[in-house]
Amino acid sequence: MADQTLPTNAWPANGVPADLIAPGRKRLGFALMTVATLGLLAVIALQILYKTEVTTLGFDTWRPVIYAYVLWGVALGAGQVLTRGEDGQRALFLLPALLFTIAMVVFPTLFGFYIALTDWNLSSFSGRKFNGLDNFWQMLADPYYRNALFNMVLYVLAVLVEYAIAFGLALLLNAQIRARKFFRVVFLLPLMLSPVAVSWMIGKSLMEYRFGPAATLARTLGWENPAFFSDPIIARISIMVLDAWTFIPFMMIMLLAGLQAMSREVLEAARVDGATAWQTFWQVTFPLMLPVSVTAVILRIIFKLKLADIIITVTSGGPGGATDSVSSFIYREYRDRSNVGYGTMLAMAYLVIIVVFVTWLLKFANRFVRNVN
Amino acid sequence: MSVQTTDYTASEIRSPASFVANRVFIYGALAFWAFICLFPIYWTITTSFKTAVDVTQGHLIPFVDFQPDWKGWRSLGLSPDSIFQTSTVREEFLKRFMNSVITSVGASSLAIVIGSLAAYGLTRYRYHFAWFKNEDISFFFLSQLILPPVVLALPFLVLYREVGLLDTRIGLILLYTLMVLPIVIWIMRDQFNSIPVELEEAALVDGLSIWGAFFRIVMPIALPGMVAAFILAMVLCWNEYFFAALLTSTDAKTIPVMVASQTGSQGINWWSMAALATAAIAPLAVIGIALERYLIMGMTAGAVK
Repeated sequence: MADQTLPTNAWPANGVPADLIAPGRKRLGFALMTVATLGLLAVIALQILYKTEVTTLGFDTWRPVIYAYVLWGVALGAGQVLTRGEDGQRALFLLPALLFTIAMVVFPTLFGFYIALTDWNLSSFSGRKFNGLDNFWQMLADPYYRNALFNMVLYVLAVLVEYAIAFGLALLLNAQIRARKFFRVVFLLPLMLSPVAVSWMIGKSLMEYRFGPAATLARTLGWENPAFFSDPIIARISIMVLDAWTFIPFMMIMLLAGLQAMSREVLEAARVDGATAWQTFWQVTFPLMLPVSVTAVILRIIFKLKLADIIITVTSGGPGGATDSVSSFIYREYRDRSNVGYGTMLAMAYLVIIVVFVTWLLKFANRFVRNVN
Repeated sequence: MSVQTTDYTASEIRSPASFVANRVFIYGALAFWAFICLFPIYWTITTSFKTAVDVTQGHLIPFVDFQPDWKGWRSLGLSPDSIFQTSTVREEFLKRFMNSVITSVGASSLAIVIGSLAAYGLTRYRYHFAWFKNEDISFFFLSQLILPPVVLALPFLVLYREVGLLDTRIGLILLYTLMVLPIVIWIMRDQFNSIPVELEEAALVDGLSIWGAFFRIVMPIALPGMVAAFILAMVLCWNEYFFAALLTSTDAKTIPVMVASQTGSQGINWWSMAALATAAIAPLAVIGIALERYLIMGMTAGAVK
């Protein structure tokens, strides 16, 4: 699995180079790995037979399969060291994370694609039934899902506004000010708070219709009916504001780091040449900050695509599904209707859309940064 | 984050009027945003001390507008007069709190261990695993960041039921580890890249094994990065709601789920809700203020060359 970046013979290391491993040790290693693999397969086979009621011997739950997988992983690691010496020791660095991620992502995702093709409602007694692409056709005709996807476009576009504010705040923090540390901590604070708590603190109490301070303020400013969550468009904006409040610090910190890493000489040179502050920003600071900006915006978009907590807790999608994000919509599809098969199809379709979109975004951003610089 | 001395440039000194205007604008904007950040927190904390009348009349300043009362905290069983009495709400709250602590600390620790090892391997050695090279393996790990929780949630719901991990802390820890692993690998890769390889080469010449060199030479140097990654992971796990809401019911419920279930109910008591929200955000607010340096270090890893 690994080969050397540095010449092995230069080190009198404890690990043995591959060609010096005794044949007996090598055989032991291979035997260990073979036994472990056979053992794992045997446990899985036994459990499948038990669950399909072919045999009576087996375990109540599938949990022993997990233990078998962990044991197999340990044996695999030991086998690597035994058969390949130092190379095996290097492989050990990577193996735990790799085995963990494969078990936790690849298998459930494949399983998810299978569930997506079934008619499976947890609350009905009929159990799981394979129904091919039915869920897919149903999804194409589902206006609520389309609406949720459209909302995601709006929510992602809101990132640009967040970016502008975050950039402004980063510039403020980078200016020559006193108590910089105090302001930095204060500006960072919203990011620490749990979105669910924020939902209550802001969404449900500050913006409360009758006596929330935000509603009171809106009334004094002349908005007679400050209902933040009953009109579809205003409700969407309120959700965006809530989410922005929590996540602006994230982009702000990255942009601030970018500003602080910028060389002072360039700015000095611009000033000596007689550029105004406005010109300096657009001609010097902004182009130089572009790579950091792109990283910050892309990371933020990736987080935005997961948006769910705030919507679930503040509006639960309302009014009439107007504020739903894809995640919150699927959440309710499961919570209210126990519709596992259809919900999974929606999630898988969303995954495909996201992967295509993010791949395109990364390509586009790369080209964009290269063209400008 | 260097502290800068206030060295005003020539143009600023030339026109004192615009300099003053500039200062006023900067501090005004800073104060405005500080207000935006702090007011919701202030509002929540003060509301936990209000009675119904104070809430409906919109009183804001304690002792001036209204007389603070331990009302919200008493309903949680955490006020001075009720702290020594038995309280089912307090027991419930403490149980949820411990669940949150155990899951977030457990998941962050696990992620730090396997994530640091993987990041170290990927920065120091070249792997090829079938047709996968280092870049592909790194991409595989980092691409998990894109995966929305909703994709994994329903398959996990079904699988966890089969393996008996539904509504257990272990189940949540495994999922949270998966969630923060890409971030940990991202931060630690950046850390290990900044440590010169010569240090390890010297250690190997002195007779340490590659794992010995990792534990005795590299780890101590990379410790600040590990702390940064750990804290960032803690924050994400503590605040996670989606998986916890779907996969836990009675035993393993965490604080965010408890908060959310309270907001959902009709006719919420503002004071007790406010007390609950305050208690839920307090640990992280304290961590955020005390360890801000590490948080910033974690968030900016790899962003700036």
